[in-house]
Amino acid sequence: MSLLRVLPLVLIAALLAGCGSDDDGNTTLQVFAAASLRGSFEEIADAFEDQHDDVDVRLNFAGSSELTLQISEGADADVLATADEPTMAKVADLLGAPATLFASNTLRIVVPAGNPDQVTGLADLAGLDLVVCAPQVPCGAASTRVAQAAGITLSPVSEELNVTEVLSKVTSGQADAGLVYLTDVMAAGDAVEGLDFPESADAVNHYPIARLDDSADAELAGEFVAFVAGADGQAILREAGFAAP
Amino acid sequence: MTAEPGTALPRWIWLPAALGAAVVALPLAALVGKVEWAQFWTLISSDSSQAALLLSLRTAAISTLLCLVLGIPMALILARRPFPGSGLVRAVVLLPLVLPPVVGGLALLHTFGRRGLLGDSLEVLGMDIAFSTAAVVLAQTFVALPFLVISLEGALRIAGQRYESVAASLGASPSRVLWRVTLPLALPSLLSGTVLAFARALGEFGATITFAGSLEGVTRTLPLEIYLQREVDPDAAIALSLVLVVVAAAVMTLTHRRTRVLR
Repeated sequence: MSLLRVLPLVLIAALLAGCGSDDDGNTTLQVFAAASLRGSFEEIADAFEDQHDDVDVRLNFAGSSELTLQISEGADADVLATADEPTMAKVADLLGAPATLFASNTLRIVVPAGNPDQVTGLADLAGLDLVVCAPQVPCGAASTRVAQAAGITLSPVSEELNVTEVLSKVTSGQADAGLVYLTDVMAAGDAVEGLDFPESADAVNHYPIARLDDSADAELAGEFVAFVAGADGQAILREAGFAAP
Repeated sequence: MTAEPGTALPRWIWLPAALGAAVVALPLAALVGKVEWAQFWTLISSDSSQAALLLSLRTAAISTLLCLVLGIPMALILARRPFPGSGLVRAVVLLPLVLPPVVGGLALLHTFGRRGLLGDSLEVLGMDIAFSTAAVVLAQTFVALPFLVISLEGALRIAGQRYESVAASLGASPSRVLWRVTLPLALPSLLSGTVLAFARALGEFGATITFAGSLEGVTRTLPLEIYLQREVDPDAAIALSLVLVVVAAAVMTLTHRRTRVLR
């Protein structure tokens, strides 16, 4: 067989074999976390790696429901942190230990910097181009709860698929106002401001974290969970605007 | 087309070809395998699903029409009357083919958005397309147009201008030549370009979510509905995905037949 005939087969075999192999000897910890935790968990992962020499924390951020779907379909994860308890409950069978609550988050009305429409509460949102999350996702469920508490019906011009889209509709000036989490407002910087409103207390999202039963290193996964719930993790979360669980 | 005698493909070429087919066919088969057939009808006939399907068909049809109205003249000029800089124009027009849709959405936002390039002018005209069905059509047209232009332009170049010259020398006006000679000759490619544009418009997700938003019956097209349903009811999302695949495949097959007849 000439080289030219064999070469394509070799190439294909190489492709199929893939190129991923960890040869630095480090233990990898796969952490799946809700999208709203991105900033804080990146910091937490760095701090955790500083304390554990041979550990690489790999983070996977997505909407909470997306993460539970990935895990139900067999994705390799050691730790899961979601944005609310109902979502965590969907994978209750796959957890290696009961979930621990580690943070909470509340909604804010987000408006462009300077609050051009002089919004002071939920009632002022009528008549504005309001954007919220769809009721099917956690932030949308929370938005429905605050509207009920206020005794009003929101009439949004768009029900977005996730909280990031809501925020970007306001930062880009397409929408006049939106309902997002306090932590989103804090991460968004100066382009927008967040307004607290009394009914926000009626829809507090509690964030649970748990190690998964399939984790290759249950002890390390447990340590990560404890780290997030412990003083170091909590300090980082507080900085980002999360409240105590 | 059948193999000419005396020509042969190297035998190894079957292996990557089969792998390629598997890469596309396997996920589709897996999707079909996941469908809950017993509840299929219930899953796809909910109000929100129907609204999304109708909206998708409606907007994709309008976008395709817009692509024809705008794309045929562009293809004709690019193929028949190149001008200085037409190469650059072609490259720009074809860019949405390779652009991530979300980037297209951002570009549209900064053009037609409230604070965009044309935002003020549109406001003066009393047009606020933010969060409207018009925004969905605009996003779909943006991503679908290149498919039409590229297929038609290629066909026009290959067809050449012999018949057109003959028709003109016999006294046909330019418009008559266009309608009676040029377009009929390019019809197979025009049809396949139209189908590609329609299919692309039907599947549009990224630019729509970035630019138009998502509200039932107004801007939430089928792909957006699928994405949302996945959060609460994965079975419904899979059923709706199948509907989208079937619609796209049906349009493709129908036109493919028609094109072969024409050829």
